Amino acid sequence: MIQLEGVTKHYPRSNRPSVEDINVFIDKGEFVFFIGPTGAGKSTIIKLLLREEVPDKGKIAVGDIDVTKLRRWKVPAYRRSIGCVFQDFRLLPNRTAAENVAFALEVIGKPRSVARRVVPEVLELVGLGGKEHRYPHELSGGEQQRVAVARAFVNRPLLLLADEPTGNLDPDTSIEIMRLLDRISRTGTTIVMVTHDSNIVNQMRRRVIEVENGQIVRDQSRGVYG
Amino acid sequence: MRAKYVMSEVFLGLWRNISMTIAMIITMAVSLTMLGSALLLYNQVDVIEEYYQTSLEVVIYLDPEIDEETTAQIESELNQSELVARTEFESKDDAWDRFQDTFKDSPDLVKTVNADQLPAAFRVKMEDIDKAPELIAQFQERDGVYQATNQKQILQQVFDILGGAQKLTLVVALVQGVAALMLIANTIQVAAYSRRREVAIMKLVGAPNWFVQAPFVLEAVFAGIIGALFAFGTLVAAKFLVIDGQFENLFSLMPKIEMSAVLMLLPILAGISAVISAVTAWITLRFNIKV
Repeated sequence: MIQLEGVTKHYPRSNRPSVEDINVFIDKGEFVFFIGPTGAGKSTIIKLLLREEVPDKGKIAVGDIDVTKLRRWKVPAYRRSIGCVFQDFRLLPNRTAAENVAFALEVIGKPRSVARRVVPEVLELVGLGGKEHRYPHELSGGEQQRVAVARAFVNRPLLLLADEPTGNLDPDTSIEIMRLLDRISRTGTTIVMVTHDSNIVNQMRRRVIEVENGQIVRDQSRGVYG
Repeated sequence: MRAKYVMSEVFLGLWRNISMTIAMIITMAVSLTMLGSALLLYNQVDVIEEYYQTSLEVVIYLDPEIDEETTAQIESELNQSELVARTEFESKDDAWDRFQDTFKDSPDLVKTVNADQLPAAFRVKMEDIDKAPELIAQFQERDGVYQATNQKQILQQVFDILGGAQKLTLVVALVQGVAALMLIANTIQVAAYSRRREVAIMKLVGAPNWFVQAPFVLEAVFAGIIGALFAFGTLVAAKFLVIDGQFENLFSLMPKIEMSAVLMLLPILAGISAVISAVTAWITLRFNIKV
């Protein structure tokens, strides 16, 4: 599903974390944690997978797409096959939960009838049935992140990227979000999650890739935070 | 559905930043008014030239002491010339009549002149008025000729004035145009900043680039077209109030600026303004919204 071959990315003019010669293969349907200290380069890997950044060297392939050779105008179509969740939720404050999810369908040109059918389904799936018409500020942090997960999942992507999705949540809520991601993982969706929440990593017992100073120092299936 | 979203974003964007929007429209309107005036003047020079082309003459004034024989010689020489289409003799009496008629509103001026002071003349219609200097060169130094004048030269001064006015309006249009473009760029930057959340999410979920950019580009195009409408309104008002109104007498010597010429400006100004605004917005976006 995901293949990183000798991927190197430096930021000569800023102190954003760089990565050096990253080699990873992730199978379809896998659930992978990227862990490591702040500034190790975990989020850079997410940016590279999203094609927000292009590597200086190496090759990135997602599915049958060579991301490094992707033309600019093909990037939007590529991103539609990827769902994304972030620490800060990134919801539109002036839209309800349902509208936030529908927005993702709207802007890629899906007809309204599709949104009407799919949005309640996916909100039910993330456990927000009955709260469709609440605005983000009327929802708790955990519920807002559920909306974000619903939006990421509404197009049934093959790959879900989660950049510290529990970073702003308390431990109990974090566990609920992890259960949700686990459910999504069981549908066959590949999940790549960046985190430094050791509790979660230790409880989930999934593959753990540890990054330090831009390099992979550990790659362990059914690993712990260590 | 998407069109509705884009349109609502366009108006929201313009409204959210209303002072900048108004500034953008005013500058745009001033610039386009100047550009429109320049185009009208350009067109008017052609119209005037065409209008006078058929009525312009070379006038050969004769010496007051000329005898009838020399007058007849000059007339036959003129009639033989290939450059000349037609000659018409204007005697001293005819000249006096014409003078009195031309200045009938200024009896004081007429009183200071008496019939004897006005020379007789040949009024010569040319085959081609542009060859007037040749004919004048032939006759200027001839015995019995007091002076040979080319009416085209007098008209040339009018053209020079119009040309000067045209250059001035073009310079103002250009300077205002640059200001308008900078305001557009600034407005787009502010709009991109205030919509950064939406833009980030749209890019994340894979909205096509044209869709992400459309609200911004249309915002600029909309302001540009409103600016063009104001400019057009100003020009129409100028035609009725200034040219047909206040300065009617001043313009009575030359053909009027036709309403059709003013109407033609609407699509031209709107088109130019829309395209330039769109391009400016699009270029600004390339620096402000990274894919």
